[in-house]
Amino acid sequence: MNFGLTEEHRMVQRMVRDFAQKEVAPVIQEYDRKQEMAPFILPRMGELGILGICIPEKYSGQGMDYISLGLACEELEAVDTTLRVVMSVHTGLCSMTLWQWGTEEQKEKILVPLARGEKIGAGAFTEPGAGSDFSNIQATAKRDGDDYILNGEKMWISLASKADYALVTVRTSGNTAKPSGGLTAFIVDLTTPGVTRGDIHGKLGVRAGSTGWINFQDARVPAENRIGEEGEGFKITMSAFDNGRYTVAAGATGLIRAAMEASVDYANERKAFGKPIAQHQLIQSKIAHMALNYEAAQLLYLKAGWMKNRGQRNTKETSAAKWFATEKSFEAANEAIQIHGAYGFSDEYNVERYLRNARGAVIYEGSNEIQQLIQASYALGERKDKPLRMEMPAYKEAN
Amino acid sequence: MNIVVCVKQVPDSAAQLTVDGGQISWGEAPLVINPWDEYAVEAALQKAGDLGGNVTVISMGKADETEALKHALAMGCNEAVLVSDPALAGSDNVAAARVLAAAIAKVEDVGLVFFGKQAIDSDTGTLPAQVARVLGWPALTLVSAIDELSAEGIKVERAIEEGRQVVTSSLPAVVSVIKDYGEPRYPSFMGIRKAARATIPVWALGELGIAAPAPVVAWPEIMAPPQREIATEIITGGSPAEITATLADKIMAEKVL
Repeated sequence: MNFGLTEEHRMVQRMVRDFAQKEVAPVIQEYDRKQEMAPFILPRMGELGILGICIPEKYSGQGMDYISLGLACEELEAVDTTLRVVMSVHTGLCSMTLWQWGTEEQKEKILVPLARGEKIGAGAFTEPGAGSDFSNIQATAKRDGDDYILNGEKMWISLASKADYALVTVRTSGNTAKPSGGLTAFIVDLTTPGVTRGDIHGKLGVRAGSTGWINFQDARVPAENRIGEEGEGFKITMSAFDNGRYTVAAGATGLIRAAMEASVDYANERKAFGKPIAQHQLIQSKIAHMALNYEAAQLLYLKAGWMKNRGQRNTKETSAAKWFATEKSFEAANEAIQIHGAYGFSDEYNVERYLRNARGAVIYEGSNEIQQLIQASYALGERKDKPLRMEMPAYKEAN
Repeated sequence: MNIVVCVKQVPDSAAQLTVDGGQISWGEAPLVINPWDEYAVEAALQKAGDLGGNVTVISMGKADETEALKHALAMGCNEAVLVSDPALAGSDNVAAARVLAAAIAKVEDVGLVFFGKQAIDSDTGTLPAQVARVLGWPALTLVSAIDELSAEGIKVERAIEEGRQVVTSSLPAVVSVIKDYGEPRYPSFMGIRKAARATIPVWALGELGIAAPAPVVAWPEIMAPPQREIATEIITGGSPAEITATLADKIMAEKVL
């Protein structure tokens, strides 16, 4: 059993860290305050191949493995969550779902430009009235000749106003035994007439990002854009979350590390009662928890990544990694503020931004309540994963 | 014509230096490519096309010090060579210059050798000129831009204290590059994969056909400077003029100037 990172993995870490630290860190606070996404982020991440990091070279991706994807997400979120959100939706939810479930034509036409970063992808599942209760989504698609007509609204969609494509799951049938059986997934060109989108402002965190809504009003989507078969939408969406959720877990691990490093730096500088506060035990306790949780979070997501590399179903492991890392990143950011004292309460320091960002991850990509239900259902023996019609292939290194 | 770029593996710039019993230690700091050398690699990769040849990256170090070379390969260098021999432990710059010159001489048809401005651990900045001297080639140091380059010659701008200096030279030549040259590229992911898989040949003194050069510099004693307690006093006053007057008085009283 080899717990070490390969030389390749360490170089990936370094490269992504250098990009995020050199190009984004100096300006991120400004964009967070303005509630705007820095315009260079998507083009630059595309140019550097980060957006297509784990898509095979055959489809113009960078051909790296799933551990590299996780490491990249950890480094990105250590600077700001918004960078990792890009990976979660463009790579995790959209590109990887196309890779797993798409037809050859869909991959050539859409996955290739997504992998190159020439087009941006998003995932549109949540609605104003349905999040955790996903099988009760209301947006519909009605077959009409060679097309489907889409109607409905999706909300809380990252990159809604920036993306070119979105993986959208809607109801094609109201007559199924279970509501989840009536859902179908589509890859939708967001410039289609009838599609409108807008930004949501006033979010507590992820403010340097782009979150919005997408409205479908009689939007005509060709049947060739349907992913999988009618009725497979629920399974495909859950499958998409195995990938999106993985990036959230890895990213939150980076956030724990960022909170810890900020705390260590501050605690070594700030003096109280005659010595640096790092030498006071109550401060040490907080830092010890961060250090432990960082190690554990990293082990959890790396294991999930290792399983992905082997082509093994990893729903349970990814869910556990997401639950643990996001919960602990919120705790770490909270304690980081406490360690900083009054300065932690000011946006002159990064730690308050870490807390506001961390608060979101506990809610999205499957709330941590849902993750607990998932873990319980496995532990109680109620849930056994059945093989999917299309499985994510094991990682194969290109020659 | 081919290009050679020389890189050094150094401790990460965040490392803390300590001196223990006459030995320098960088602790557990990760070893990385000397940051200045990344600019040299960037220059080499940019100019490779002008000379129509390959870029070979050479590093002199311990047998396991391959991170810097791998980083350069991942940035796009074609070949890498590690020059390593136990007899070279503790070499000074004169010895290193002779060894690197011998390694460069082994590469075919070299038109340019690139160096970074200096290594962040030793900070001497003399190696490019020393290597040039041993090779008998012109040394163009502190280069901020390369205006022209062909097999016929090179035209560079140097950033010197007095300002900018334009220098032309025939090839082959040695060039050291400063930050003004331009930001180094990140390794590409494909480059990372290739570099991770690469086996880097090691040239010992036998392969170079030279004996270990005798050191010229000796270090009889190495110690850390004494710790100083620094007290900071903020001068206050009713106006900038008043503050400056108080500050000037204090500076005179402390006999600083």
